[in-house]
Amino acid sequence: MKTQTASTRFARNPWVHRREKLIEAVLFLAAFSAVAITLAIVVILFYESLAFFEHVSIFEFLTSTQWSPLFENPQYGILPLVAGTLVTSAVALLVAIPLGSIIAIYLSEFAPHKVREVVKPFLELLASVPTVVYGYFALLVVTPLLQTLMPDLPGFNMLGPGIVIGIMIVPYVSSLSEDAMRAVPMSLREGSYAMGATRFQTAVRVVTPAAISGIIAAYILGMSRAIGETMVVAIAAGQQPNFTFDPTEAAATITAYIVQVALGDLPHGSIGYQSIFAAGLVLFLMTLAFNVLGHMVRTRYRELY
Amino acid sequence: MPTPNTQEHTAAPLKAEVKNLSFYYGKVQALKDVSMPITEKQVTALIGPSGCGKSTFLRCFNRMHDLYPGNRYEGEIVLHPDNINIIARQVDPMEVRMRISMVFQKPNPFPKSIYENVAYGLRVRGMRNKHELDEKVEEALRGAALWSEVKDRLKHLAFNLSGGQQQRLCIARALAIDPEIVLFDEPTSALDPIATGSIEALITELKEKVTILIVTHNMQQAARVSDYTAFMYLGDLIEFGDTDKMFINPKRKETEDYITGRFG
Repeated sequence: MKTQTASTRFARNPWVHRREKLIEAVLFLAAFSAVAITLAIVVILFYESLAFFEHVSIFEFLTSTQWSPLFENPQYGILPLVAGTLVTSAVALLVAIPLGSIIAIYLSEFAPHKVREVVKPFLELLASVPTVVYGYFALLVVTPLLQTLMPDLPGFNMLGPGIVIGIMIVPYVSSLSEDAMRAVPMSLREGSYAMGATRFQTAVRVVTPAAISGIIAAYILGMSRAIGETMVVAIAAGQQPNFTFDPTEAAATITAYIVQVALGDLPHGSIGYQSIFAAGLVLFLMTLAFNVLGHMVRTRYRELY
Repeated sequence: MPTPNTQEHTAAPLKAEVKNLSFYYGKVQALKDVSMPITEKQVTALIGPSGCGKSTFLRCFNRMHDLYPGNRYEGEIVLHPDNINIIARQVDPMEVRMRISMVFQKPNPFPKSIYENVAYGLRVRGMRNKHELDEKVEEALRGAALWSEVKDRLKHLAFNLSGGQQQRLCIARALAIDPEIVLFDEPTSALDPIATGSIEALITELKEKVTILIVTHNMQQAARVSDYTAFMYLGDLIEFGDTDKMFINPKRKETEDYITGRFG
């Protein structure tokens, strides 16, 4: 009798079991959809780019310094767009890395609890402003401001949008760096203070090197964001492919070009249409390269303390 | 609280005197009116069960409590020969730490090379001269009995050392600044018996040059390395005296119970 009760109690309830299986399947599909979408994007990028490269040699694509796919005598050199992307990203990083690092050091090592509680939400707000607002901010506020310092600066240039992208990615850099710094065990800080070090010496000489893997990961995430940023450069950088590394000139980035073409009415299947996929592929490979690099750096320096 | 039963000790020169020291974590009192002498170039051990306040007491000496808000000292720790109360508000904790260094419970080398770990205290004091730094680093590493093991890899990351080596590196780091007192906070609790043995031998050697305070939960260790022992319980100093006398003939019942392992 007793055994029987026990066996009923322990028996699998088929309904519960089926419901669990169903939940598991739904969860799996949700996770798988992310993978599937990424794969689909990559496949489409490659497929359409292949069609593009049937008309344009890869050699010309990678070496020509002219990008004018929509002109009568089209040129397909990606270099001007890559240069534009690199210049705006470099300007952005020159703003975001120092500013973001200083904010992270302040918030993690200096700020009293209450200050941090106030500053952090504002930083996050900075990250949630629509990029189109940043674009017009670059065009209508930052560039005129820069023009008072540099009267020769054209209305469209890479410096203004670069600075604005930098401001835009400060929250990414600062919040990830801060997380990394706060994860450094207190015992390391105590060790430094016990040697007579000041707060600043402790922050710069002990906490920062201990958190370096996380900080570099933050920089690389910021870089990926800067490279992929579209709206700001499309609005304020001028949209003219221009092979130059001078940030005071107007230029187009890969993303700005894609937007520009996507807004026009190019026939599906034309070379101009396919060129945006080739450009997108280059962009994808650039960000991928930086992400892989970031991952390598992270694993290389993991758990230093 | 009862007056601690301080055994009379020889008139050796004092490095510091603790006078009516009380300490508060916020509203919680962790040390209750502790008074005791710290004899120069001798080892003073602090023993007692967990939570008795021995680490709290030790960390008063380098003002470690100043790092956290809400902590409060009362009383005095007078450092000789200058006759300064090092826990006074107007005394800069950084100055105190320049003269009293510390070795922690768990080895905590910095994410730097072996050389830079030892040179750290000198560098934060502004020493730039390469030759001088080299000399000091070598001297400190020799002092910590680590020189022969690491002299060929001074540029290597300190994390590659074993636990015992890391702790000796932390001792070298603490010695490099020529401290007057070195505080040891359970320095062997994370180490195996062999590494523990070498650290204990080192402590015995170091007292020729420097005054040592050591917190330990290991009574054999206190008996082996210290000249004086303080037994603390619930924030009170119960008994203080010569280690030899105290371990053989404790005056207080609580001390005897703790030493013989009846509680703690």
